[in-house]
Amino acid sequence: MSYSNAEIWLIIALLGVGTFLIRFSFLGLIGDRPMPPIVLKLLRFTPVAVLPGMVAPLVLWPAATGGVPDPARLLAAFVTVGVGIWTRSAIWGIVAGISTLYLALWVFTAL
Amino acid sequence: MTSSTVKAPATSAYWEGLRDGSPFILMVVPFATVFGVVATDAGLSVAQAMGFSVLVIAGASQFAAVQMMLENAGIAFVLLAALAVNLRMAMYSAALVPYLGPAPLWKRALVAYLNFDQSYILSVTRYEARPEMSVTDRAAYFFGVASAIAPLWCAMTLVGIFAGSAIPESWALDFIVPIMFLAMVSPMLKSSAHVAAAAVSVIVALALVGLPSGIGLLIAACAAMVTGALVETWMERRKA
Repeated sequence: MSYSNAEIWLIIALLGVGTFLIRFSFLGLIGDRPMPPIVLKLLRFTPVAVLPGMVAPLVLWPAATGGVPDPARLLAAFVTVGVGIWTRSAIWGIVAGISTLYLALWVFTAL
Repeated sequence: MTSSTVKAPATSAYWEGLRDGSPFILMVVPFATVFGVVATDAGLSVAQAMGFSVLVIAGASQFAAVQMMLENAGIAFVLLAALAVNLRMAMYSAALVPYLGPAPLWKRALVAYLNFDQSYILSVTRYEARPEMSVTDRAAYFFGVASAIAPLWCAMTLVGIFAGSAIPESWALDFIVPIMFLAMVSPMLKSSAHVAAAAVSVIVALALVGLPSGIGLLIAACAAMVTGALVETWMERRKA
């Protein structure tokens, strides 16, 4: 990480203010005015639009292995998604993913 | 009616909120601890890691910010990625207006600060089931749910910060964050529009991975949002 202390605090402060303003938006500032349906529709997709794109390169080319695809990490990623979809629960996805990661890392090192 | 019976409903609404929110402790404890571990591992100081949990107090976006910082993305891109993850909360804010709009400004500000996925979902479910609740009771219930979550979020971040320095590299901490993100997203893949959006996000982000950190993700996220909205519109028309 190559930020100065001041830059890190700037990120934290702006992120704190920005997040508060998003949460306060309608409740505090805009009130009970209807949003254009197209805006509502786009907003609904923000988490599934941002997070998968952020994770995909980390899954395929992990920095810890020097950017070489790693079978243990790939397997853990697939199990996490599968269990997450199946159980509809983030917690079970995490439990299954982390267990798979450690099991696979251990198996592949033992081999 | 004595003054104590006038006060009683709000107090009991607070306790009911606290009770209904407490199962989420199971989720908050691991998430917050891991955030403390990951933030320390990334090089943040104790105060900075705590600053995230106290001032931002939004799990997914805290992880997103730290991840972007690890990639040395420009400050604007760190903020854009982390705030984009939080945009859904504008919807929560709008959905609370019919129930909490008449509350005093300081209460609405406090509700905004404490508006997480869990406090929002539990509270709106409760308000819908009990339309007779007073505005005071609604706010009290909301604060009850948040009380089960927010202090613990900060406390467990601190635990993670101190546990983190004791964790050896062989624990593959680098991959805990991707797993958490995947686990958060996969329960949201509940329609073909959501699946299409996620797929476009992955494909475009991978295709643009050579661009400076953050730019590819921004383009991928925009393309994915438009894809999701288009597919949903298309599915609705086909149904009609």
